[in-house]
Amino acid sequence: MLGALLTPSAFLAQTDAVTDRIVTPHVDWVAIAPTMILIGGALLLLLASSLLRITRPPKYLYAGSSALIASAAALATEKHWERVRHGRGGAFIANAVKVDGFSVFLTVAICAAIALAALIADDYLRRERLDGVEFYVLALLSGGGGVIMVSANDLIVLFLGLEVLSIALYVLAGSHVRRAESQEAAVKYFVLGAFSSAVFLYGIALTYGATGSTNLGEITNYLSTHVVFGNGLLVAGMALLLVGLGFKIAAVPFHMWAPDVYQGSPTPATGFMAAAAKTAGFAGLLRVFVSAMATQRLDWQPIVWTLAVLSMVIGSVLAVMQTDIKRMLAYSSISHAGFILIGVQAATQDGVSGALFYLMAYTFIVLGSFAVITVVARQGDAAHTLDTYKGLARRQPILALVFTLFLFAQAGVPLTSGFVAKFGVIQAAVDAHSYALAIIAMLSAVVAAFFYLRIIVLMYMADPEADAPPLTIPLGVGIVLVVTVAFTLFAGILPQSLIDFAKSAVLS
Amino acid sequence: MNLVAATTSVPGAWYLAVAAVLFTIGAVGLLSRRNVLVMFMCVELMLNAVNLTFVTFARMLDDIGGQVLVFFTLVVAAAEVVVGLAIIVSIFRGRVEGATADSANILKG
Repeated sequence: MLGALLTPSAFLAQTDAVTDRIVTPHVDWVAIAPTMILIGGALLLLLASSLLRITRPPKYLYAGSSALIASAAALATEKHWERVRHGRGGAFIANAVKVDGFSVFLTVAICAAIALAALIADDYLRRERLDGVEFYVLALLSGGGGVIMVSANDLIVLFLGLEVLSIALYVLAGSHVRRAESQEAAVKYFVLGAFSSAVFLYGIALTYGATGSTNLGEITNYLSTHVVFGNGLLVAGMALLLVGLGFKIAAVPFHMWAPDVYQGSPTPATGFMAAAAKTAGFAGLLRVFVSAMATQRLDWQPIVWTLAVLSMVIGSVLAVMQTDIKRMLAYSSISHAGFILIGVQAATQDGVSGALFYLMAYTFIVLGSFAVITVVARQGDAAHTLDTYKGLARRQPILALVFTLFLFAQAGVPLTSGFVAKFGVIQAAVDAHSYALAIIAMLSAVVAAFFYLRIIVLMYMADPEADAPPLTIPLGVGIVLVVTVAFTLFAGILPQSLIDFAKSAVLS
Repeated sequence: MNLVAATTSVPGAWYLAVAAVLFTIGAVGLLSRRNVLVMFMCVELMLNAVNLTFVTFARMLDDIGGQVLVFFTLVVAAAEVVVGLAIIVSIFRGRVEGATADSANILKG
């Protein structure tokens, strides 16, 4: 057959018939509006600051612009939501981009993370004499990559989003040019991030080989029309995809980079990383495994179960031993990843909505916590030992009170969003008959509560160190604290509207 | 007409095996070498092993999609090189011992 094709006349006849006209897919600009706003806005911001030669930017100019751009992107999802409500959601642009409740919900979470991180960063960057537009541009670009990930309907789009997100984050991690810790964090994050990306990509290649497509919709079709059992290629592909995404969400045993990178990165960048990278990573995990590979759940559920247990237990236990607040929060974020994995493991509607609620709640809690840490660290971004928090209630009562609320929320105390979030995923596990997982989750929540309470005790019961200077809360951080506290209490006391939003955002 | 018969045909699985070996060499190298630049080269080796896998599957499945994916991978790899080399230069600038991972040892606990 190939021989026949190689004769000139037959070849020409073939091409005439086939390549009469190249059909390109219709580009639906509304479907990618949030990404375009974030990335376009980032480039405009960079261009404007270079053309106007702004060397000493006015206070809150860049932070305000970034927050505006992020809000515009979040508002652009209103059009998506309208489509979803009228049943016109689905896959667009050659089935590569999905518009559904899931993408709307998580796009809003990522845009919130960008805006809050930008406001924290403004005061931080002026204090550290790093003021420039780079931090904001990188955060917007990284968020743009995250939005690509949450709306991806094709493994390769997911990979591109992951890389846009990660490459900007590597630079953000190293953006404190005068601190060796920041540079080291960037190198460590980069090497392990690149490794995990390569593993993830190999997973895509094997899945492509096993199913014949990288499109999540077509993979679902293939798996539901073929009985795929004991297919080594597909199982290996799924395992590699899980490892790649496991690195991004920092699940044990793929968590080694997290403590070092969290500790070394500039504090606002750490907060952004903890919120946005985790959200986007879990979006990928939910889309690939819970949605596209739902038929193969007997293969992946036990692995996710193990990851969830390891992350919760090891994250909580190692957090107890830390003396550096940022390392402690890194281990606590590992343990939170374990909790969200419970929702993934359940692989039910309730599991997904529980995971979504958790991600939204965690975004606000973690950015609020890192806003407090940014202020307490003072100039140099070096005062991160737990001793710094001794007697904080006497030095700065508001900051101590707010931090107490965030620590309570992370521990899962009722009337905070953290309680509703933990309750949601554990209930989903019980409904899915994963009783052992639910019990381990509750036990590790008790261990975790210990080290959160330890900080609260230090803040209220201990005397401040003699030479501790007074702390003032700058305006940007003040705004962030008001917003995050309001959200944490609102989602804790009146969670129903947010739960309904999360439930309407589950994957079909 | 004897073009096909005259060329030796290599089964697709062999290409996949070569790619898997290359990927493993890259992964083991990344985890065992101490020089950051060599670790970086190992990442490139892993990405190119994936490219070979994509092309082989594209040929086996008779689907052009797999070959297109290689271009995306190449672009991403190039972007990673730019950022990665910049980070490596910025951390190891002025250090006498060179770019070894052992000298990145401030963060631990």
